[in-house]
Amino acid sequence: MTQLILFNVFNGLIIGAFYALMALGLSMILNLSGVINFAHGGFLAIGAYLAYSLTPYIGFWGALAVAPILTAIIGLLVERVLIRRLYGRDPLYSLLLTFGLAFMIEDGTRYLWGPETLPFTIPDWLASPLSSDFFFLTGYRVFMVVLVLVTVGALFLVLNRTRLGIRIRAGSDDLETVSVLGVNVRILRNLNFGLGIYLAGLAGVLAAGMLGLQPTIGNELIMPSFVAIIVGGLGSLPGTLLGGLLIGVASGVTAVFFPSASEAVIYVMMGLVLLIRPRGLLGEEGRVL
Amino acid sequence: MTDGPFSMKINRRSVLKAAAAVGVAQVAAPFVISARAADKVKIGLDDPFTGTYAELGKNEKIGCELAVEEINKKGGILGREVELLSEDSTSTNTGTAVQKAHKLIDRDKVDFLLGNVNSAMALATGEVSAQAKVLHIVTGGHTDAVTGTDCHWNVFRVCNTTRMETNSVSQILFNEFGKKWYFITPDYAFGHTLQQGFEASLKKFGGTEAGASLTPLGTTDFSSYLIKAQAANPDVIIFLTAGQDAVNSLKQAVQFGLDKKFHIAGAQQELEVLEGLPENARIGTWVFEWYWNQPNVPHVKEFVAAIRKKNNGKVPTARHWFGYVSTWTCALIANQEKTLDAVKLAKALEGFTLPPEIALMPDKVAYRAGDHQLMPDLYVGHAVSKGAVPEDLFHVDKIVKGTDAALPVSETGCKVTWPA
Amino acid sequence: MNSTLNRQIANALIWALLLTMPYWIGFVGGYTSLASRVVVLALAAMSLNFLLGFTGVLSFGHAAYFGIGAYGVGMTIKYLAPSTPLGILVGMGVAAAAAAIIGTLIVRLRSVYFAMVTIAFGQVFYFIAYRWNAVTGGDDGLSGWRTLPLDFGIGKLDIAGQPLTFYYFVLALFAVAVGIMALLLRSPFGRTLLAIRENERRARFLGIPVEQHIWMSWLISCVFVSLAGTLYALLNNFADPHDLRWDQSGDFVIMAVLGGMRSFWGPLIGAAIFVVLQDYISSQTENWMSFIGLFFVLIVLFFPRGVVGLLRRKAAS
Repeated sequence: MTQLILFNVFNGLIIGAFYALMALGLSMILNLSGVINFAHGGFLAIGAYLAYSLTPYIGFWGALAVAPILTAIIGLLVERVLIRRLYGRDPLYSLLLTFGLAFMIEDGTRYLWGPETLPFTIPDWLASPLSSDFFFLTGYRVFMVVLVLVTVGALFLVLNRTRLGIRIRAGSDDLETVSVLGVNVRILRNLNFGLGIYLAGLAGVLAAGMLGLQPTIGNELIMPSFVAIIVGGLGSLPGTLLGGLLIGVASGVTAVFFPSASEAVIYVMMGLVLLIRPRGLLGEEGRVL
Repeated sequence: MTDGPFSMKINRRSVLKAAAAVGVAQVAAPFVISARAADKVKIGLDDPFTGTYAELGKNEKIGCELAVEEINKKGGILGREVELLSEDSTSTNTGTAVQKAHKLIDRDKVDFLLGNVNSAMALATGEVSAQAKVLHIVTGGHTDAVTGTDCHWNVFRVCNTTRMETNSVSQILFNEFGKKWYFITPDYAFGHTLQQGFEASLKKFGGTEAGASLTPLGTTDFSSYLIKAQAANPDVIIFLTAGQDAVNSLKQAVQFGLDKKFHIAGAQQELEVLEGLPENARIGTWVFEWYWNQPNVPHVKEFVAAIRKKNNGKVPTARHWFGYVSTWTCALIANQEKTLDAVKLAKALEGFTLPPEIALMPDKVAYRAGDHQLMPDLYVGHAVSKGAVPEDLFHVDKIVKGTDAALPVSETGCKVTWPA
Repeated sequence: MNSTLNRQIANALIWALLLTMPYWIGFVGGYTSLASRVVVLALAAMSLNFLLGFTGVLSFGHAAYFGIGAYGVGMTIKYLAPSTPLGILVGMGVAAAAAAIIGTLIVRLRSVYFAMVTIAFGQVFYFIAYRWNAVTGGDDGLSGWRTLPLDFGIGKLDIAGQPLTFYYFVLALFAVAVGIMALLLRSPFGRTLLAIRENERRARFLGIPVEQHIWMSWLISCVFVSLAGTLYALLNNFADPHDLRWDQSGDFVIMAVLGGMRSFWGPLIGAAIFVVLQDYISSQTENWMSFIGLFFVLIVLFFPRGVVGLLRRKAAS
């Protein structure tokens, strides 16, 4: 039994890392631009489908490198054409607009790639267990964790060490001051949005290796990401990461004892966090959007 | 007074304009299609064309369309042309499915209703059609209640009950792959009844149940259930998942290497699912409800060719067959009885045998009196990772007659009450 | 112009249209149960707007209470007692209890945070409906019950048999609910809500207990949306988990915005347009989701004040 629980803790961390990847993108956009991106799951699907279409030409690894970038470029365009017009307006409107956008993306992918589930193939050595004793360590899962770790590491490096990253962080705290200091806020928000969408696209490629590829692939994944942000605390990226890992573990462990509650548990957890510490685990005091 | 503090004050002109705008928006749209020719016989299809079940719903629709073309070529229904009206029920929103059923029945005055892929929608629209006294053929919703506890006098079903699916495959599994089974069961009525069916077989044969994992419907990560299955060390792991759950669970089972250690099997499997799996995950022993590669059955080749023409060259699946058979059933029974009266047609359908060019199966296929369940053949076989032709992903090992696999009517829980 | 008179004319006109809807909707391509659906969803959107438009608090999780109402009436008729009115009361009661508890947890939150938390709490109820197979029917939905005739002692009224009777049954309850909301908004309580919407800080300085007022407004809004939910279940003779999902909440919000959040009747107009448009487009093309999505985008970009806002601006100019 302890073995089973230990395994599920580990497994929860894997899944949590995946949620965190999505949630970090959402969180970055929310922090700097005050936009809740309901279409994040749609961008995830775009990433997955692009990877599917690219794989025959440039292989899995090529697709893994290129598809998220293409997704990010689509994200940049969407920001320029649509999202930009919402800044400074009631958050209600960004919710509604991205909600509609999610509809359009789901329908668009269905139109372009068809309604059927597509067979996305990953390299053989990834698609098998690493050893027969630790058979739950499949190559793909280890690969996912490593990739998420590297990506998150790189993201935090970018945010803490590069000029762009420092500006994004500063802007998330106090946009007005950053703007007064002569930073071009429009470009900053544009790049930040693209970076968030890049993460969604990457999550999409990873998801396609594990799940059936169809237009609704992102729909089940977006809500846990919201919860990860709230649990971790608005405005804090490390909080989002922690939130993702925590809900992954909670849901994994619950699946051992009471599978039908394995999704509800993360919402209950969120309720508890709100009761005890309304700003979230690592959220800043008094942050309002 | 644009945005006064208390904005209930609307002036008259603006309200009149609003009313006019709403009216114009409705009238201006080409809404006038409600004036559809009255002399046509109408068949309404209420099925999902968006969301998770979009592919299945669209395939059923293609089958219906082919049937309508053929029926019209052969003189229609009662000498009148047949028209198919299809409405998107969506995959998850039962309220929409019910609304569309009302639309087809109340506004378009369809003579027959077909659908739905989704079990909840099949049940809910069955209520609507029963109340409106319209003959209703359920194409592809598998939950037992449709021809069981929630059955109606006007509702017939083409696809199988869960018990038919388990009974057809259980003997082979037991004899060839072992007596100790573990279940991966999706946690809803469809999964539960499938598992009960297999458990009944196990009991009869004297096998043992190594355990079961109830997986929430829509699960994305199956790893903790797969690990439990591995720990139980069974002979056979039985996957009762369907649709997207089946794709996800099988894909992950192969990544965990379970197929190397245990036999993988299950009940219902569909060509749509196998096509969505990577090659290495096309494994296991399953039941198909219809299969296109039946070289020795007459008329099948023609049907396959006709569907290929309409379906971008792809072969028909069981879903195409469901749509095709449902639509033809309406025409055959109405032409036989020379009426469109739903009660008379429903009575005549009890025990009605499909002609071989529609049944497309080796044995006799008939609607059973009592619960209105079609008794087709079931195709037991195994998945093939790469067929001789790309679509040949299943190899049929044995054909089981529906009448041998189904529970007797007395055990289905169905009591049909006819309208006075 | 005499604004009271105008308001009365507007009200009279809207009621006249509602009262005669089953008789004219056929001429514009609709059908009676579509009319019922418009009124039910309009009630939901107007209830949401009590909170959104008149208190200035954005909830994106109202579908949960809508769905609790739906399951409440279905489960009462199926398991407890064969009575439609009792079912409606139970549905509203359970929703009120749930809303009261959740409300205390979230009244301090604002804006996006409030919206996200309402979504997430809504999902808890969604998963209960979706997963608790033995009681709710899970994915198969709650079936095996039907709308029962109203028993007035002296005689029975079969509201289920005829779509027309059911429409007037729905309209009667709609009238009561809308009437209560209108009265509340005219009362000092309603004025206070507007004050909070316009400037929360100032309201606080004036000594208004803001949290209590928002809690009350939230509760009222949820109770009426649950009434709409019970009617929706009775309309379908069915309750299903999708009634509680967050995308259903999104539909309510877009109805309110489309019609005009700042107007009492706006959500009704929004619901009518949305329901009819969706019904129409989804029959014309399988790609209706793109059109509805585009519609959302266009509303946000070009008509943020909704139909009523647009008309008012024109009238003013």
